[in-house]
Amino acid sequence: MSLDTVKNAAETPDAAQPWKELGLKEDEYARIREILGRRPTGAELAMYSVMWSEHCSYKSSKVHLKQFGEKIPENDAMLVGIGENAGVVDVGQGYAVTFKVESHNHPSYIEPYQGAATGIGGIVRDILAMGARPVAVVDPLRFGAADHPDTKRVLPGVVAGIGGYGNCLGLANIGGEVVFDACYQGNPLVNAGCIGVMKHEDIHLAKASGPGNKVILYGARTGGDGIGGVSVLASETFTDPSAADAAGTKPTKRPAVQVGDPFQEKLLIECTLEIFKEKLVAGIQDLGGAGLSCATSELASAGSGGMRVELDTVPLRDATLSPEEILMSESQERMCAIVEPRHVDRFMEICEKWDVIATVIGEVTEGERLEIFWHGEQIVDVPPGTVAHEGPVYHRPYARPEWQDALQADDANRLPRPATSAELRAQVLALVSSPNQASKSWVTDQYDRFVQGNTVLAQPEDAGMIRIDEETNLGVAMATDGNGRFAKLDPYTGAQLALAESYRNVAATGAKPLAISNCLNFGSPEDPDVMWQFAEATRGLADGCLELGTPVTGGNVSLYNQTGATAIHPTPVVAVLGVIDDVNRRTPMAFAEPGQLLYLLGDTAEEFGGSAWSQVVHDHLGGMPPKVDLGREKLLGEILISASRDGMVDAAHDLSDGGVIQALTESCLRGRNGARIVVPEGLDAFTFLFSESAGRAIVAVPRSEELRFTDMCGARGLPAARIGVVDGDEIEVQGEFTLPLAELREAHEATIPALLA
Amino acid sequence: MTTRIGVVTFPGTLDDRDSLRAIRLAGAEPVSLWHRDKDLHQVDAVVLAGGFSYGDYLRAGAISRFSPVMETIIEQARGGMPVLGICNGFQILTEAHLLPGAMLRNNHLHFICRDQKLRVENAETAWTGDYTAGQEISIPLKNVDGRYTADERTLDELEAEGRVAFRYVVDGDAADGAGNPNGSLRDIAGISNAGGNIVGLMPHPEHAVEPLVGTGRTDGIPFFTSVLKKLVNA
Repeated sequence: MSLDTVKNAAETPDAAQPWKELGLKEDEYARIREILGRRPTGAELAMYSVMWSEHCSYKSSKVHLKQFGEKIPENDAMLVGIGENAGVVDVGQGYAVTFKVESHNHPSYIEPYQGAATGIGGIVRDILAMGARPVAVVDPLRFGAADHPDTKRVLPGVVAGIGGYGNCLGLANIGGEVVFDACYQGNPLVNAGCIGVMKHEDIHLAKASGPGNKVILYGARTGGDGIGGVSVLASETFTDPSAADAAGTKPTKRPAVQVGDPFQEKLLIECTLEIFKEKLVAGIQDLGGAGLSCATSELASAGSGGMRVELDTVPLRDATLSPEEILMSESQERMCAIVEPRHVDRFMEICEKWDVIATVIGEVTEGERLEIFWHGEQIVDVPPGTVAHEGPVYHRPYARPEWQDALQADDANRLPRPATSAELRAQVLALVSSPNQASKSWVTDQYDRFVQGNTVLAQPEDAGMIRIDEETNLGVAMATDGNGRFAKLDPYTGAQLALAESYRNVAATGAKPLAISNCLNFGSPEDPDVMWQFAEATRGLADGCLELGTPVTGGNVSLYNQTGATAIHPTPVVAVLGVIDDVNRRTPMAFAEPGQLLYLLGDTAEEFGGSAWSQVVHDHLGGMPPKVDLGREKLLGEILISASRDGMVDAAHDLSDGGVIQALTESCLRGRNGARIVVPEGLDAFTFLFSESAGRAIVAVPRSEELRFTDMCGARGLPAARIGVVDGDEIEVQGEFTLPLAELREAHEATIPALLA
Repeated sequence: MTTRIGVVTFPGTLDDRDSLRAIRLAGAEPVSLWHRDKDLHQVDAVVLAGGFSYGDYLRAGAISRFSPVMETIIEQARGGMPVLGICNGFQILTEAHLLPGAMLRNNHLHFICRDQKLRVENAETAWTGDYTAGQEISIPLKNVDGRYTADERTLDELEAEGRVAFRYVVDGDAADGAGNPNGSLRDIAGISNAGGNIVGLMPHPEHAVEPLVGTGRTDGIPFFTSVLKKLVNA
């Protein structure tokens, strides 16, 4: 194929172009022609198509996401907000923390190992590009039914990919989730989060300013992997290639998933941190989705606009790649830096030290055009902002699904409850051994949680916690939570419950929640039902953040998560970041000492809609999710944080899926102590053990602090009921049943290995 | 004069900073060494830290073993300088033939990260003097290629000469960190050379030096205080 130059495009306005195959709509193609005043060249078309894809442009979600920027709570912690690679939050003592969660759902279904691995790689580079040293990762994961044969293909591959890539980078894996539900069977959710730490003065932004400054591409060579992955993978439901072939229709758009090299990424991290330390870059951007198309257009448009790139200087893994392919390649482990000419030599020296290939591929220019050349001939001449930011914006139609009322009317509170103590006991064992409630150590033991020597808390604790200053013991905590079942019943409430749970988890460790990031996993935006779920969930989340005082620093949207016409449960995942002045004061979840008094904080109501009990015992999803009271969540958080700071509690565990019995099981097994439990007045044993009312936690209070603690709860108006004492080697619910810890441990820990080994 | 202990950073080394911290906490002066630099900068002992040097490509430790810094380390270790290889460092020591045997992929084929119980079999090496023989300790284990292997004759020799420095404690509760985690022959977790100055093990003492972080135990500190005492008293 001959080179499609700008000159050629101007001379052949009527040449047919594959805009449709590249995923563009007719009006989008017309808009590109209008912007350029001619037809785009092949290279320009490639750039616009990837950058205007759902994944890069957020064209369906944008109109709803803007609430996160409008409903901003008063909070002086935000240093950099939405729009940059990742948001940045002030955590005190001159430190700033950046964190973000992203999805790698579709690639991980096609190729679980590489899909998950490159998900880690991408989020880590995002954090690095802000100027931070990545210190920890978390992985919220959702798979199909635990006993489905394909889960045995997807889950071990995803876990091995996260471990294989993440362990090799030296980042502690401190949290996340593993959830099973048949709705994720053909579309697992592989989200990855990363936390980075820097000093305020080290914040770097993605912009190319200063004409004459050099554009340096460094890291891995560019290959053919992931070409078109962004526009096609993330934007359209992929179909089975064999089915497509059989039907004899057009070929499937399923492209190659990118292949990761964690060793290269580790070198890139260390090399980049050394470059930051010597203050050698004026702007920096990682190469992720849409590769060079994204990096050059975003860097240029964030600066003064002008940039000239000689594309034939890009080091290649495959010499036969066309310029269009080079622009679209999603080869991993690459970064793009803007460097003043006087720093170029030193920049190159550091890259050489770390065996990282670095190439000057262009420079920042006067003017406002992004110009790309191939062996001297111009193939791109565009205003970069039109590529990076002026993509289409859709106001997709949305409407409350017809089935929503019926779903909510199918009240889980009416399901048959255990009639005898023996039945209650049997249901407790069924619950704690069910795949969703069972121990996930088979998964998390494949991740390195110790590296860097700063891990204060890691899974299965409520939140992961990392020390960031060895002198002062300043630390940060992060939890990620989401409950697709709740969100399916009511997306507004479901999103707020995810926020509340994550907030509560962070507070339970003693850290003060500061800000959030999110990963919004939904079905097709072209389905009005799904779009309604999305609109409701974003509205719920934005309202919730305003009320809790935790701004949204950024996030990620993943749409088209569905199999055929069936969408996944709407699954907003919320990551809350908190700060703790002295990590010595952190509160663990284990009941470590016999004699500790157990208190249930908050109100328990009969709330079983979407509960683990309704799923495990009745395979039921219906009714309303638990009510949300964010004022109560805030109060509970303040009590948990004060109690941690003043040494009033030895342990704390949030209550969420599985309710009280799940929390007791986890805290007892972790502390290797039993508990004698009394059902508090006004509650029946069943509701007490299984309800999933929000705004609750269990704490273990040393006897010496009991009065001080209960006085504090009383004064602040937080219900606190004494429910028992840590003791012995069984969980005894008085008048109901006893469960030896050994039996409980077997039930809780054998499930996942038995399913996957 | 303070005792200087070096920690080598190869491309892909991960636990170098943890090892430097452990050395500092033990009271010695930590010194960073770079793989391309033959000069050991007058250190009195060297730690080869964990990680995935060169991405474990070809074979764990196989490429690092040929780096310039290793030339000097091999020479000085043969002359009696204390060298500790942790995890990837142990793999490098076997590749460099400073210690016998090799590490294979774990028998369950997975990466495993856990608190691991070990028994100190030899408390007379340069790195174990502050333990007592038979003492049980718990330190983190994290690897995918951790299964110690050698031929029968070598294993017999190691046992006969008291060069099995650490063994996995196999009796007891797995929840307590007991059990052979990867199929290592004769439950071997770590070994030494005949002189006792070179020790290699798969678990990570540098991750067990502070009560606040990691597993909350400090069972790994004696590694570093042992060598410090040995050097000061030498």
